[in-house]
Amino acid sequence: MKNRAQDINNIEQMTARMRRHILDMALEAGAHSSHFGGGLSVVDITATLFGSVMNIRSNEPEWADRDRFILSKGHGCLGYYTALHEAGFITRDELMTFEKTDSFLYGHPVMNRDKGIEFSSGSLGMGLSLGIGVAVAAKRRAKDHRCFVIMGDGESNEGSNWEAMMAAPHHKLDNLVLILDRNRHQQTGTNTEIMDVGDAPAKLRAFGWHVEDIDGHDVGALYDVLSARRSDGVPLAVVANTVKGKGFSFSEDDNSWHHKVLTKKQYEAAIEELSGELLPSSGSAA
Amino acid sequence: MILDKRKAKGLSRIGSRAAYGMTLFDLAPDYDDLIVVTADTSTSAGLDRFRKTYPEKYLDVGIAEQNAMGIAAGLASEGMTVALSTFAPFQTMRCCEQIKVNLGYMGHKVLFTGLASGVVLGTLGYTHCCIEDLAIMRAIPNITVISPADCGETAKAVEAALNHHQSVYLRLTGGSPNPPVYTEDYDFEIGKAVHLREGTDVGIIATGTMVHPALKAAEILAEDGIEATVINMHTIKPIDEQAIKDLCTSTKMLATVEEHTLMGGLGSAVAEVKAPLQHAPPQIMMGITDSYAKAGDYTDILAHYGLTAEGIAGKIKRSYQKL
Repeated sequence: MKNRAQDINNIEQMTARMRRHILDMALEAGAHSSHFGGGLSVVDITATLFGSVMNIRSNEPEWADRDRFILSKGHGCLGYYTALHEAGFITRDELMTFEKTDSFLYGHPVMNRDKGIEFSSGSLGMGLSLGIGVAVAAKRRAKDHRCFVIMGDGESNEGSNWEAMMAAPHHKLDNLVLILDRNRHQQTGTNTEIMDVGDAPAKLRAFGWHVEDIDGHDVGALYDVLSARRSDGVPLAVVANTVKGKGFSFSEDDNSWHHKVLTKKQYEAAIEELSGELLPSSGSAA
Repeated sequence: MILDKRKAKGLSRIGSRAAYGMTLFDLAPDYDDLIVVTADTSTSAGLDRFRKTYPEKYLDVGIAEQNAMGIAAGLASEGMTVALSTFAPFQTMRCCEQIKVNLGYMGHKVLFTGLASGVVLGTLGYTHCCIEDLAIMRAIPNITVISPADCGETAKAVEAALNHHQSVYLRLTGGSPNPPVYTEDYDFEIGKAVHLREGTDVGIIATGTMVHPALKAAEILAEDGIEATVINMHTIKPIDEQAIKDLCTSTKMLATVEEHTLMGGLGSAVAEVKAPLQHAPPQIMMGITDSYAKAGDYTDILAHYGLTAEGIAGKIKRSYQKL
């Protein structure tokens, strides 16, 4: 039986550690730069999934009944790799190879089932379709596992997403969960400036999804909506209202952090900001 | 699938698209995890009976090819045996990047079939023709490309593709009826060209619907004293390099014939094998020139581009006489 309060506390501690890892990885990436802002906006979501909600086994990565995860906005990988580390799939040393030659942790995920990376991504607009395939396979085999897909709101500009959004309710995939990272920014500006996503919850409802419109940094809310299983034939879409660059005063809501080099000075300032959230032992997990 | 005269005749009558659907219908009981995916093209792929008989093995995702390819890959990632089909331009070009990322990059295994490729739907205009698919699919790593010579070979290719180690693009050309090249059983092996006729003057390498007129062209050439080897190059990638190298030593001239643009298809693939050889005979390429200009009736288009037995024989003869 899950203990909600304890789980949420653990997840919140996990998010602080993940942000610390992200700082270290971004600094280590140096001039290669990293997708800092879009990685930080999904941290609370991935922490909730990998820290508690998903049924996964790091010692048995291809366990047939595991829940599946697809980071459709592949550039958000800092929030994915660090969650995989916290869940026991990737070591701290491996995290620090981020974007280095011959690493398996590039700037967009490359499928590596042993390390918990279910699919490659990076080219936008492909993840939800894969998730539908995974969910249909589970239905046809009468399996109970679920598939979680994180899509960016900028990513939703791609038309292929809307093909998939139409198909999931049609095929009654209540084992599929779409999480829209609604950080209201994309590469070169706000959604409103570049391509207005508009009323995302209304659009998803109109396509036939059950929609939860929540604060994407409220771990308790994420925990509750993502833990609830559905059996009514209606897929779940969570519109997670987030802040790009979440966690550090210099990066929050500043779109210049979409893909940017983290300087040593910024790193040190960020560590200082984070220090109040981290437990003494965190930040150096093996 | 064992081919005999009756089977060849029956499949030939219904055409390659229906042969594809019928083959999947016949194979369905043998594959517990088979799932056939279509994009509102069940009828076009001869899958009506399959849809009604095996609803648990069938999935229609509507007119949405990018989504269809993603779903197919998702199903494949779960270990299912996946056969996806729609008209060739939509099957290869509308979802080209999904093919690259899902099948090429990640390596999920899907049999994806381009229906009515080439110019058989010429009366509908070039939106529904596909003269580019071999070139495009050939450029993507980890994809096998097969272009069957007739309906019997289509059936054999479907079965072989379902058991192949990587994704297969199956390019179906020709109409219905579709003249049979094979009327008795033979060994079909992916990547292994088939010799249909032997001669030491010219080596004709054909694929898809062009194999049949190439054989007829060889007969015409023989009447003029020019003996041709004819090879059915059903697998465009990986191409049978040894078969091409052997032809380069056993014949004085090569001729490639394809219902496809001259850029990047069979002719190019053969030339790529020939290029590094120190001694190789000249090669003439027959196919569709770099144009969308000639639409209309299938036979008229083929005749326009010289893709008939007479056209092929005439061009080879003129080139051969200049050697």
